[in-house]
Amino acid sequence: MKNGTKLFTLKIGGEAGQGQQVAGLIFAKACSRGGLYTYDYSEYPSLIRGGLVTYQISVSEEPVFAAYNTVNLLVCLSKAAFINSKKELSDNAAVFYDGDKFKIEPGELPKIRQINLFSLPLTTIIRQAGLLPITANQVTLGAVAAVLDFDRKLLHSMIKDIFGAKGEKVVEMNIKAIEAGFDYAKNNCRIKNYTKLNTKPEKKDKVVITANEAVALGTIAAGCKFFSSYPMTPASSILHNLANWAKESGMVVKQSEDEISAIHMALGASFAGARAMTCTSGGGFALMVEGLALSAMTETPVVIAESQRPGPATGLPTWGGQEDLRFVANTGHGDFIRIVLTPGDAKEAYFLTPWAFNLAEKYQVPVIILLDKFISEGHESVADLTDKKIIINRGKLLTREQLGKIKEYKRYELTKDGVSFRALPGMAGGVHIANSDEHDEFGFSTEGFMPEIRIRQVDKRYAKLPAILKDLPKPRFYGSKKAKTTLIGWGSVKGPVLEALKSLPEGRYNFIHFTAVNPIDAAEVGKMLKGSGKLVLIESNKTGQFGDLLKQNLNVDFERKILKYSGIPFYPEELIEELSLKKATAIKIVKSKKKVKVK
Amino acid sequence: MAKAEDFKTNVKPTWCPGCGNFGLWQSYREALAELGLQPHNTAMVFDIGCCGNAANWHKLYAFHSLHGRTIPVAFAIKIANSELTVVADSGDGGGYGEGGNHFLHTCRTNIDITYIVHNNQIYGLTTGQASPTTEIGLQTKTTPQGQLDRPFHPLQVAIAQGATFVARGFTGDPMQLKNIIKEAIKHKGFSLVDILQPCITWNKLNTFTWYKQRVYKLEEQNWDAKDKEKALAKAGEWGDKIPTGIFYQEQAPSYESQLPQLKDKTLVEQGVQAQDISKFLKEFK
Ligand SMILES: Cc1ncc(C[n+]2csc(CCOP(=O)(O)OP(=O)(O)O)c2C)c(N)n1
Ligand code: SF4
Ligand SMILES: [Mg+2]
Repeated sequence: MKNGTKLFTLKIGGEAGQGQQVAGLIFAKACSRGGLYTYDYSEYPSLIRGGLVTYQISVSEEPVFAAYNTVNLLVCLSKAAFINSKKELSDNAAVFYDGDKFKIEPGELPKIRQINLFSLPLTTIIRQAGLLPITANQVTLGAVAAVLDFDRKLLHSMIKDIFGAKGEKVVEMNIKAIEAGFDYAKNNCRIKNYTKLNTKPEKKDKVVITANEAVALGTIAAGCKFFSSYPMTPASSILHNLANWAKESGMVVKQSEDEISAIHMALGASFAGARAMTCTSGGGFALMVEGLALSAMTETPVVIAESQRPGPATGLPTWGGQEDLRFVANTGHGDFIRIVLTPGDAKEAYFLTPWAFNLAEKYQVPVIILLDKFISEGHESVADLTDKKIIINRGKLLTREQLGKIKEYKRYELTKDGVSFRALPGMAGGVHIANSDEHDEFGFSTEGFMPEIRIRQVDKRYAKLPAILKDLPKPRFYGSKKAKTTLIGWGSVKGPVLEALKSLPEGRYNFIHFTAVNPIDAAEVGKMLKGSGKLVLIESNKTGQFGDLLKQNLNVDFERKILKYSGIPFYPEELIEELSLKKATAIKIVKSKKKVKVK
Repeated sequence: MAKAEDFKTNVKPTWCPGCGNFGLWQSYREALAELGLQPHNTAMVFDIGCCGNAANWHKLYAFHSLHGRTIPVAFAIKIANSELTVVADSGDGGGYGEGGNHFLHTCRTNIDITYIVHNNQIYGLTTGQASPTTEIGLQTKTTPQGQLDRPFHPLQVAIAQGATFVARGFTGDPMQLKNIIKEAIKHKGFSLVDILQPCITWNKLNTFTWYKQRVYKLEEQNWDAKDKEKALAKAGEWGDKIPTGIFYQEQAPSYESQLPQLKDKTLVEQGVQAQDISKFLKEFK
């Protein structure tokens, strides 16, 4: 960590069902309330009980954009958790393990580092304090607070907020559990020169939030009224949250029978005049593809959130990657425009969601918000999530009055900008066919015998492109203009790269992050890259999909490609090491001999 | 008041002369007019097929969807604007084959839409392949040795899946058909109207005469459409005798009527404004 700002990483590992993610989130929010910043990452298998589930969280006094790999405090609720994570322990790290369940011998610790090993006999502590076994997580958190000198009142306030609805007794019991864990660790677990997490009252309006939750909030903010989806990790929490809020938000949320139905429902609601959206992961998106083409042909606006996980097929259901970019950018039969937005964090996800709705309605095209497990499930503590105003733009949508003044309404009227006015069912004078067949200006089916109609309609749909390019979020530049090497990335690599930049020599690297990857504004990107030095591509996939997409659009070459496709996110340490030109271990590098040319 | 002819565009139908679809269309238009509906407050979702081509000659708000994908589109149109009369229209191929899953599950929702299926027991538009309702033994382009699969029983499936209005019409009886369609549209819930529609070009077995010789009307049999078990058995009757009419009808709250979100205004009427999210932010603090 730069300039002595404390960075601390806690990892809790155990079996599925032991509640480490819940405990972790309590800790994250307590930190956030105490003026600290956090970023978390959770690993879990696709099963409900047993297996190994880990939760790790990096905490800092300044905003932190990714979870670090190096663990300062490891809590092991199972032996497997220890075996899995011991290699990540830092020097002077502490390890807690549930000594009532299993044993860790000092000889099992990594030899090269000084490590403080403590048994935290949860069952005994719970029994002695007269608590219920269900409070084990709180005992653990109390012990964590003790070694970190962390203000327990912050944990207490979280307990009150979470369990308040269940009554005072439940609150009391959980607070008692925290105290029991705290007392035990204070008396039994002393570490010299260990991290102190200094907290202070937080004045900012902070939230601890994932990109999925931010998308769900953005969906409400955008005035979306209909949401249909079929569950699929890691997209499901968008659906869960919206379903949970539906009564209050006024949105109708429908779990459909399959993804084909989900997208067609969204199209139906949109055709009728409501803002509509769906979400899925790559496998479900594969089923939606025909609907994507239908949206394009009928010019019915739709927003689709696709949260990626590693494929092909079922792949690694609960892990992450950026492997669907080529797919979503190219899939669908026929030539048509689709917009792909790629937020890099929760805040971008929140603001890009209403933006996606505006784009969909202004240009009457499908818009995909491409996320992935890392940001979909990684909680980030964000100050001022909602500091920018949400703007609603429904594009060329007619009111009854406007429609009344039109003599002969044509749904697919040829216009300069390619966008025609929409009339909605129920409006007199606007009757038309939204047609999946190629059609004339009125919407009536046409055949190849009238090629001029076909050509004009295709050209009309593509005439939207220049305005779309102007209207997309611009790639964002981070770091010094003079840096010799420019890092290129999109979506979730933003966090780890920004973290890595904090530790790399100042001025050596800068970073261009893309939050819109399709269509590419070649002129704009060309301008940004002009004068830049070598380019390094950073992506979470095997083949450098975004690199290929850029190459299709402009003359660029990458000096190096740093590609990781293990299902695990880039860790800042890995990137720091990689970019310091030391030998890489965990990540795959593809070196290109060609010189960088930017024209 | 709109007349039957007001539901017609200037486009000339491209159906084969003598196709059962002409009669179906006539009965349908009359039903809409007699119900006092207007083209602009009727939304209809069309499949791909001979049936679906009719999107071009129906004057109303039409969504010409993909093959098999009428129901989910119609479902959501009704949710978005529950004041519209919403009809999904498909063939036996699109409705029971390609779109089978939507059919199965939308019966369960009791959404207030009407599902009209042009059942000609063949794929018409794609020139005569077997459909889910093709008779065993029938030789088609894809079953030159005769169809092996047993036919799909749409009415039984619909009843079993919880549809609250299940009927069969025949294009050879336009009066009965019109009345069934009217009842189906009036019914507050999911209505299936399976319509025997002779395809004179590709189905040489199930012809107009073939149907005519077999059909009989339930309403002439003192039929009690409230008895679900009997309806289920009746819906399986197919052979020398083929019943037509309303097999089953049940009054139950429609899907959209149970949504508090639609209580005051339709979703579309509510319009789109930037929504304040502060109350949802609390749980993240
Ligand atoms: C996804 C897809 N698969 C196949 C087709 C080709 N196709 C168009 S209509 C049709 C079948 C038509 O039969 P039916 O639904 O019974 O309607 P009919 O023509 O008999 O009225 C088929 C297979 C298509 N348009 N889309
Ligand atoms: S092919 Fe058959 S269903 Fe199609 S229009 Fe001709 S007769 Fe009618
Ligand atoms: Mg057919």
